[in-house]
Amino acid sequence: MKEQSLVSDYIPILIQLCVAIGFVVATMLATHLIGPKRKGANKLESFECGIESEGNARLPFSVKYFLTAILFVLFDVEVIFMYPWAVNYKTFLHEMGMQGFFSMVIFLSLFLVGFYYIVRKGALKWE
Amino acid sequence: MYNISEVAFYGLSTLAIFSALMVVFSRNPVHSVLYLVVCFFAISGHFLLLNAQFLFVVNIIVYAGAIMVLFLFTIMMLNLNRESEPHKNIILKLAAVVSGCLLLLVLVAALKGAETTTAMPIDAIKDPNIGLVKNLGKELFTRFVLPFEISSILFIAAMVGTVMLGKKKLT
Repeated sequence: MKEQSLVSDYIPILIQLCVAIGFVVATMLATHLIGPKRKGANKLESFECGIESEGNARLPFSVKYFLTAILFVLFDVEVIFMYPWAVNYKTFLHEMGMQGFFSMVIFLSLFLVGFYYIVRKGALKWE
Repeated sequence: MYNISEVAFYGLSTLAIFSALMVVFSRNPVHSVLYLVVCFFAISGHFLLLNAQFLFVVNIIVYAGAIMVLFLFTIMMLNLNRESEPHKNIILKLAAVVSGCLLLLVLVAALKGAETTTAMPIDAIKDPNIGLVKNLGKELFTRFVLPFEISSILFIAAMVGTVMLGKKKLT
């Protein structure tokens, strides 16, 4: 097998993972053990007050939620490209001058074209 | 005597294949999506074994986080009430089996002759820090800067396609 980073490199991440999972498990167990248990017909309703719910939750949703979500994913991926750029920004300035800066400017301006299109089409307007 | 990365590799592969099969076999589409999340996490673990630490994090953020939400939205947009679920006829099922087998044939034929060595220089793979954000950024913005810029064209195409399909005409 190839050479890999040692397990010891991941120990801080593993500790954090253990703390995160441990906190979730501990709080859920604690609420189950300490908290009172009342199981009435009204208590187990999805919504305790308001209009009585009818049917099930499997209704077709409007496409506008999907539109917003997929546009979010696109800009999410754009921001991810900025992490390796931002970490190396000073190195780029020393080694290549402004080229590293302008490579991101071109990328972002192309994104802005798309964003301008979205705004002009009114895709983010909530009807 | 196995070392820890081999154990992790076999464990993650088993988990990935099992959850991928459960995506197909589970009756409830929401359960399928949850198994798909498990599958994505297993594949992210493979990225970690391949020294691609940044891709590991990105895979979790984008796929297990954002793409999953899109899948759930897609499921919500379908009408999945049991009584209105269309019953597939036998010809459609047969066509699905035949096309699935054809895809398997193509994949096996494509992978059979593939070289086990990669196109990357072997020194790059041997360096365990190659996948860190800093080293990946250096490669991305020097050697691969043109594909990086072109990828934004792909994003524009995705945005235009989304808006065209999802937005009603403003008249």
